[in-house]
Amino acid sequence: MPYGPHTPDDRARMRAALGIASIDELFEDIPLAVRAPGLDLPGPLTELELSFRLRALAGRNRIDLASFLGAGVYRHYVPAAVDQIASRGEFYTAYTPYQPEISQGTLQTIYEYQSMLAELTALDAVSASHYDGATATAEAALMCLRATGRARILVSAGVHPEYLATTRTYLDGSRFALETVPLRADGTTDLAALERLLADASAPVAGVLVAQPNVFGILEPMAEATRLAHAAGALLVAVVEPVSLAVLAPPGAYGADIAAGEGQPLGLPLGYGGPYLGILAATSALMRQLPGRLVGRTTDADGRRAFVMTLRAREQDIRRERAASNICTNQALCALAATVYLATIGPHGLRDAAALGAARARELERALAAAGAPRVHAGPYLNEFAVHVSDAPRVHAALLERGILAGLPLATWFPDDPVLRDALLVCATEVTQTAEIEAFAAALRDVRTEVVA
Amino acid sequence: MSEHIDVVAPGDAPGAPFGAADALCPAVGAALQPTLDELSRPGRRTARVPHPPAGALDGIPAEQLRSLPPALPEVAEPDAVRHFVNLSHLNYAVDTGFYPLGSCTMKWNPKINEWAARLAGFADLHPLAPDALAQGTLELLWDLERWLCEVSGMRAVTLQPAAGAQGELTGILMVRAWHRSRGDSARSEIIVPDSSHGTNPATASMAGYRTITVKSDARGGVDLDALRAVLGPRTAAIMLTNPSTLGLFEDQVCEIVDAVHAAGGLAYMDGANMNAVLGKFRPGDAGFDVMHFNVHKTFSTPHGGGGPGAGPVAVGEKLLPFLPSPRVLREQDGSFRLERPGERPTSIGRVRSHVGSTGVLVRAYAYLLAHGAAGLEEVSEDAVLAANYLRHRLRGTYEIPYDRVCKHEFVASASNLKRETGVRTLDVAKRLIDHGHHPPTIYFPLIVEEALLIEPTETESLETLDDFAGALEAIAAEAHEDPEALHSAPHSAPVRRLDEATAARQPDLHWRPMTGAQMPCLD
Repeated sequence: MPYGPHTPDDRARMRAALGIASIDELFEDIPLAVRAPGLDLPGPLTELELSFRLRALAGRNRIDLASFLGAGVYRHYVPAAVDQIASRGEFYTAYTPYQPEISQGTLQTIYEYQSMLAELTALDAVSASHYDGATATAEAALMCLRATGRARILVSAGVHPEYLATTRTYLDGSRFALETVPLRADGTTDLAALERLLADASAPVAGVLVAQPNVFGILEPMAEATRLAHAAGALLVAVVEPVSLAVLAPPGAYGADIAAGEGQPLGLPLGYGGPYLGILAATSALMRQLPGRLVGRTTDADGRRAFVMTLRAREQDIRRERAASNICTNQALCALAATVYLATIGPHGLRDAAALGAARARELERALAAAGAPRVHAGPYLNEFAVHVSDAPRVHAALLERGILAGLPLATWFPDDPVLRDALLVCATEVTQTAEIEAFAAALRDVRTEVVA
Repeated sequence: MSEHIDVVAPGDAPGAPFGAADALCPAVGAALQPTLDELSRPGRRTARVPHPPAGALDGIPAEQLRSLPPALPEVAEPDAVRHFVNLSHLNYAVDTGFYPLGSCTMKWNPKINEWAARLAGFADLHPLAPDALAQGTLELLWDLERWLCEVSGMRAVTLQPAAGAQGELTGILMVRAWHRSRGDSARSEIIVPDSSHGTNPATASMAGYRTITVKSDARGGVDLDALRAVLGPRTAAIMLTNPSTLGLFEDQVCEIVDAVHAAGGLAYMDGANMNAVLGKFRPGDAGFDVMHFNVHKTFSTPHGGGGPGAGPVAVGEKLLPFLPSPRVLREQDGSFRLERPGERPTSIGRVRSHVGSTGVLVRAYAYLLAHGAAGLEEVSEDAVLAANYLRHRLRGTYEIPYDRVCKHEFVASASNLKRETGVRTLDVAKRLIDHGHHPPTIYFPLIVEEALLIEPTETESLETLDDFAGALEAIAAEAHEDPEALHSAPHSAPVRRLDEATAARQPDLHWRPMTGAQMPCLD
């Protein structure tokens, strides 16, 4: 075993203390009929061999293309300090801070995370983390159902399809109804349709989920959607992207009851799907409906300020089948990375990152339009938008050959939509270079000529 | 041994000196820190990214924009880094000492795994990148699925669930889908033993099931008669942790699974304690239909102060069609791809975004490959040997309610001390901090009074095990001589016991009312 300290003599001493001759005596409680004969697995590899294998696998992934792919997961510049702090063993090899006297480091950073996310969302109660944007959104829907006692959820068609799919999985179709609210041609949620769906008095709505920006990058009329939801006695869940909150109106400002979102843009790597950070925040009225850990400020027996996990009566280890959620393990280290990211980039740096991404996106819009790929939706956008390209999946594949990752072919998610199946969803952030935008536009011109030919 | 110093938290009254100067070997020692907010000074700027050109936000309606920039702290890099480094010193961690937290498997987190997960090829790959760009990661995930199949004796694995509890939910949703696929909608109950993790009944509720709790028998196993009494046409499944949370192998496992199957239910195994039985027992061989792994327990991925982990779920034949999407598929030509949306209509759907917490799974892959079959078996042998050794050493000092061969952990109880001296398990745990050890899990499982659930893991030396046992023996002696010192422990930690009641009564969850930035942005 590569990491164990025991010498043969150590093991012999322990066996002697126990009065056993063979280790097998400690496994005699496993019935013979189901005792495994051993395993068939590769290895063991020494650390050197392992490093070769892992390097070879990592090397088979292609990360060298000029990327315009976002769709909920974004490349950002991450200050070098973030990974150095998140790599400290005192943080990453600690457990959940059940013993607060020797966990003040983790507890205070979670409190700081909650404080900074409260500031970004303008909501009072921030969970110490959920798994990712999709599960945070699903938990937000469950919160609405619990808080209102109603059984129907409305989700804007502009919510990320993977979040919508996850929410569907979480909501038992036989217990709770989930309906989608269509978008208008400009890419914004159809508020007239929302109003009609809310008006059905026989099936009152618990919560309305709207994304800002939505999955097509379009900015939604959040204040109006909130007003409609509240008029029908429903809660409004804003599905947010946290870097955008440096420049966009925060959920608390337009009256949202809950904010859910993907925290990956706050200093976490793309990492092919995770680990990410589920952001979940709510008004203080909904604090006790929040799933997962919360850290609060208190004092110790000598009156010193200290931090501790609080409102624990919502949690599974105390409340068991009456808990607000089954969540136990969360994404604490990812929340730490987000905390260090926000502390080291600062409010002005975050605003610069968001606004520079928007500026690059406007360059991208102009360059692609000039190359024959105009925007699909007319609504306002921040740093991501869909463009129309005939035969988009083939064009996307041809661009890969030219070193361009041309965003996401929306046919991936909407193969039957006559508009979206011929569209690419593209984004820019502060790391997008003007030269890459020019290369994308030039390659697109070439490829469109070829595909047409 | 670090010296005791007075700590003054900013804005607070001067703190009292730390308690009695009898600390033996403080578990952690450092000064409390101001918050980032208190360190902030308006105008402290950083230069991380270029300033945007004018008009960057043109075209966005004014009412969509933030009227005041967020009032995040403004801190220079040296102050920010020192802040976090000094906070890290307030933490106890596996990297700093023994962490025998039962049910949590706080084993060593190998450093090569951290290096591997940060390789740019893994870390900088977008989850929606076309399959052709992701062949290295997809092969890794494919291999890891196969290896977990072998370890579990199951047919297939999904790596998607983000944590053990999410694995449970995934498994129970598949159970529900299976019953529904047979037109059986009457099954509304999930059975859990009274020793189970709290996540099991919480999962049952999330999936819309009623929880039926069955009691344990005198030997700490499931009471078979009590189980048979609650089985019936409403039984959807049993959720069984094996080895149990008492650290005992459920030796009636075959009878339990058979009884549940005979009643038309399915058998779920909570694999949180797999560290005890790698290569010794495969749940699939005993007839379990579904189980989850906690890779942050069994396969050494770090706990991160609460996460992230990953909770892969393994299934047998019956539940194969219902696995969440997307699965990792291998094509005829040996290349790999992700299942497309809607490709397998029987799936329960997604349980999260993307394919899974890949960065965590890279670490688990490295761990499995570093060990191989023989190494994994040795992991379990050493974990079980260490737990039994500690149980044996402590049996004269503490009560051992189930004093038989245990697996990777065992339950001790301080009820004898409480009876004789008034010292409770909580006091023992806090006093262990003064002895330089992290306390075990306490007051769990719920069925043992004054429980101390002790899990040493396989990566702690005999010297460490002896030192820990010695500390527990010293504390028991102290309980008789000076119980007051234990009631007020810890004495050597950065803070003393906390006022948790006030924290819950008047929740203070962030540092101030939200006011917006103190200074406008310089555009």
